[in-house]
Amino acid sequence: MNINEQSKWYELTTGAEIFEPATSREVKTGEWRTRTPVFDKDKCKQCLLCVPFCPDVSIPVERGERFETNLDYCKGCGICAKVCSFGAITMEEL
Amino acid sequence: MRDRMSGNEAVAFAMKQIDPDVMGAFPITPSTEIPQYFSKYIADGEVHTEFVAVESEHSAMSTCIGASAAGARAITATSSAGLAYMWELLYVAASSRLPIVMAVVNRALTGPININNDHSDSMGCRDSGWIQIYAENNQEVYDNYIQAMPIAEHCRLPIMICQDGFITSHAVENIELLEDDKVRSFVGEYDPEHYLLKKDEPLAVGPYGISPYYMEIKKAQAEAMKESRARIYEVAEAFAKMSGRSYGMIEEYMMDDADFAVVLIGSSAGTAKAAARGLREAGVKAGVVKVRVFRPFPWEELRDALRGVKAAAVMDKSEGFSGWGGPLFAETRAALYDLEESARPLLQSLVYGLGGRDVTVSTFEAIYEDLARTAKAGTVEHVYRHVGVRGDEEGIQG
Repeated sequence: MNINEQSKWYELTTGAEIFEPATSREVKTGEWRTRTPVFDKDKCKQCLLCVPFCPDVSIPVERGERFETNLDYCKGCGICAKVCSFGAITMEEL
Repeated sequence: MRDRMSGNEAVAFAMKQIDPDVMGAFPITPSTEIPQYFSKYIADGEVHTEFVAVESEHSAMSTCIGASAAGARAITATSSAGLAYMWELLYVAASSRLPIVMAVVNRALTGPININNDHSDSMGCRDSGWIQIYAENNQEVYDNYIQAMPIAEHCRLPIMICQDGFITSHAVENIELLEDDKVRSFVGEYDPEHYLLKKDEPLAVGPYGISPYYMEIKKAQAEAMKESRARIYEVAEAFAKMSGRSYGMIEEYMMDDADFAVVLIGSSAGTAKAAARGLREAGVKAGVVKVRVFRPFPWEELRDALRGVKAAAVMDKSEGFSGWGGPLFAETRAALYDLEESARPLLQSLVYGLGGRDVTVSTFEAIYEDLARTAKAGTVEHVYRHVGVRGDEEGIQG
């Protein structure tokens, strides 16, 4: 099923039913963002406090280390920058 | 099979013959007897339905939505404030395209509190996306109920089968019932394509519809409602073959050469017909148009039925508070807009029968007399009037 914002009314499913799981991944909420978190790896102590605070689960972690914010889903709320004690995240108009 | 039954019992009996999967219901006058009779059928082992006793109508409709989404045939029954309490869920059922069947026993909405018949409850939710079919008598409400599922399940739209509180719901009439096996084969098994309990197909029902999708979803609902008209005729034709009783979107009574007509919904049509018959004997060309299906609105049928009539009264058993007439009047008048001027009747709105106010044959005689005066004058003096209100000089007394 490939339903998107260009689909015509008769191409949608009856009653807007969704026949597959995890279709929320298709919705790139990063488009809503007006400000973007810029991550400074050198200042980061890998305390990982930003990770649980991110409401969109957009900060990927592997083996105890955080990586660049996933901008496909980051809505630019700025909570990560606010909670970072080391100034490793700044919000910028990009 | 001939029997005598109240309208409520007739509906419960039809439910028993269909043996649906789930009923979620909360009692409210005057529809209480429907779940009451049906509970007895369950207790006696005559049906296999799962009855969910809920704490409110909001939950009754939620139960139906859940059950229907799960793949079950789901039913309920309600009236008045109960229907009002379902309001937000009515739209959920309709937009999720769940073919729930609801027996509505029409009763006035509170303010002042009143338990008697008018159509303010179902007229209030006329724009919720449900098909609405109304009955004149007990036979019709039984017949309409048997036709409900073949219509709703084909169109994937929920449907209300309405009857007048107390007037038909509690009055006992002779009624022609169909045999169980005939009803079962007519209604058939419910076999939805997608449903929550289908284990090989994960399914989400009722997703958030953001602006880029919402209008497309509404358009699909609107198209389904337009197309339901053909299905209503198709089911009525099959029903006529089985039962010998014919139905359409509207019923025209003595309308072929009528000069004066009343247009109305429900049990009062019987009273209007009696008045029209009497007037015909006196040489007055009176006719009656009964609206059986209100949603989808039978605008083409009404336009054709009223073509060439001199004067007509469109009668609403609910107040629209538009300051310009009731809802049936407004939509009927709109349906006549495309008629050429010479064929367009003089039209007026009559609000009648609110909160159980009685209308009799003599009321209709007064209405036809008034229509004759209007036709003679060639103009409608007061477009929006009430029937039988004390001290109302612009209204109809009778």
